[in-house]
Amino acid sequence: MDGRHDHLPEGRTLNTLLVQGLSGARNTPLDETVSAPLGTPLAETVSASLNTPLAEALSVVLLVAVLACAVIRPFNWPEAVVAVPAAGLVVVTGAISWDHVRAEAGHLGPVIGFLAAVLVLARFCDDEGLFQACGVWMARWAAGRPGRLLTAVFALASAITAVLSLDATIVLLTPVVFATAARMGVRPKPHVYACTHLSNTASLLLPVSNLTNLLAFTASGLSFTRFAALMVLPWLAAIGAEYVVFRRFFARDLGVAAPPPSADESPDVPLFALVTVGCTLAGFVVASALGIDPAWSAAAGALVLATRALVRRRATPLTVVRAAAPSFLAFVLALGIVVRAVVDNGLADALDAWLPNGSGLLALLGIAALAAVLANLINNLPAVLVLLPLAAVSGPGAVLAVLLGVNIGPNLTYAGSLATLLWRRIVHQHEHGVDLKEFTRLGLIAVPAALVPAVLALWISLHVIGG
Amino acid sequence: MRVIVWLVEGTWPACVDAVRAHAPHATDVVLLHVTEPDVPGLAHGAFAGLLGRGHSEPDPGDRLEALGTTSAAQLLAAAAERLGRPGTRVERAGRVEREVVAAAEGADLLVLARDGDRTRLGPHSLGRAGRFVVDHAPCPVLLVWPDVAPDVTTIPPPPPRH
Repeated sequence: MDGRHDHLPEGRTLNTLLVQGLSGARNTPLDETVSAPLGTPLAETVSASLNTPLAEALSVVLLVAVLACAVIRPFNWPEAVVAVPAAGLVVVTGAISWDHVRAEAGHLGPVIGFLAAVLVLARFCDDEGLFQACGVWMARWAAGRPGRLLTAVFALASAITAVLSLDATIVLLTPVVFATAARMGVRPKPHVYACTHLSNTASLLLPVSNLTNLLAFTASGLSFTRFAALMVLPWLAAIGAEYVVFRRFFARDLGVAAPPPSADESPDVPLFALVTVGCTLAGFVVASALGIDPAWSAAAGALVLATRALVRRRATPLTVVRAAAPSFLAFVLALGIVVRAVVDNGLADALDAWLPNGSGLLALLGIAALAAVLANLINNLPAVLVLLPLAAVSGPGAVLAVLLGVNIGPNLTYAGSLATLLWRRIVHQHEHGVDLKEFTRLGLIAVPAALVPAVLALWISLHVIGG
Repeated sequence: MRVIVWLVEGTWPACVDAVRAHAPHATDVVLLHVTEPDVPGLAHGAFAGLLGRGHSEPDPGDRLEALGTTSAAQLLAAAAERLGRPGTRVERAGRVEREVVAAAEGADLLVLARDGDRTRLGPHSLGRAGRFVVDHAPCPVLLVWPDVAPDVTTIPPPPPRH
């Protein structure tokens, strides 16, 4: 966790020393030699390393290949098929030092475990009927009025994104919302749009809500409860802003009254899943108070639901492993290592000039805006991996501002990033008929409307609670 | 006499009833439903934004497409049953207003329900798609209220003369 703080500057010193040592053009200043913390490892690294420009070029090419394959999915391969060998290559060629590989793996390991637990938890909540019950609750509360349905979707999508992660909202809740709207006889578009927007905007609250948060959480050195306490105001501000934008933007669609609801369905309350999720949340608070990694609480919750499914023969060990998405986890680890190589070999210095320092309101706004732009160009996952080590130097405020940018920003571009959008246009995967003009118009209103109040709220939280 | 009945979620029963009441002698009744593919497209896009999950989780857009097809088929079946006599069921996909106008070509009558905000009587009671269809239909149009038609007392007073 705090290894991240001192590791990066150290790494840069190391690289500077390497270039100077290899080129021999400049004498290494005495004080830098003294400050270089590693004696013997340095010698080891020199023998295994490429020089920095070459290493940077290799790492960048590999990163582009990894991202391109994740977007294009050639031959329908899992994304890890390209990412894992790429990570192996940067390690073998010495584009990243072994120390940094160990640091990155040590840093990403718990994140990946946490992620796996949350994915399993969400999947078995679905099996317990939690999302079906959400559909019935939404329809009941809406009572045939589209405006009320939107409110219900906002409430449930925000809660599910925060607790069970954005994957749960996109993959599990969106079909339920669509089916509920269709059954009620109201137009599904605003409600499905709400799911896609909230899966990003409402993923600010907890470290588990988004993979970007999990990465930032370990980099920031904050405790689970402190993270949540600092993010609750920005989370509410962003959701509130989205709600106002949606009510106005879709006023016409929401004005069409549905026929009076027919027979009232009585939902089976998935009590077991609700209690397990509640206990898991309480476990996060307790674990973080005791200084235990909250991932254990998520693991316990996932274990309880998976065991129940196994005992009731609703799942096999194989489906449990599949629910943890092993190839996705391998992809995240490999991507982290390749990005670290790119950052180490020069991107850090290049971006450092762009990234504002400090935790004043203007600096936070600048950081969030830069993060949002970067997330829209590539994707928020690589964007957060690139920006975190730089922001971590400025403290938790800057790290959380990066999160606001990379989490809210992707609502601007269809498919999450310009890179993906361009590819989908090239292969004509856009004939699903999404009105890109409408999508972008909504994004251009909603993203600044949510991002600016969220940054302001973060600034207030940082002052009231303290970073 | 060929009658096209444009059915939309929520308001379709009024259209079927209108055919029974106002075109009882129609020889060819076409029950038309149009699915807009943009909503599944939203889910496809959101899933594409989740980098690295392509093989680990199902694309929700596919699920939405399947759900859309099922609910459209159910709607057409319910409408056919309510009609109570032979009719053709037609399911089209695309931009709703343009598909409806294209389907109405060569028809003798097009039946549709108001698709706007019915709490505000006046121009807003027709939505964007309904407005387009009324304006561009290649045949006579029967425009019905989805529930009870408002009585004449709901008409606002005339604007003062200048």
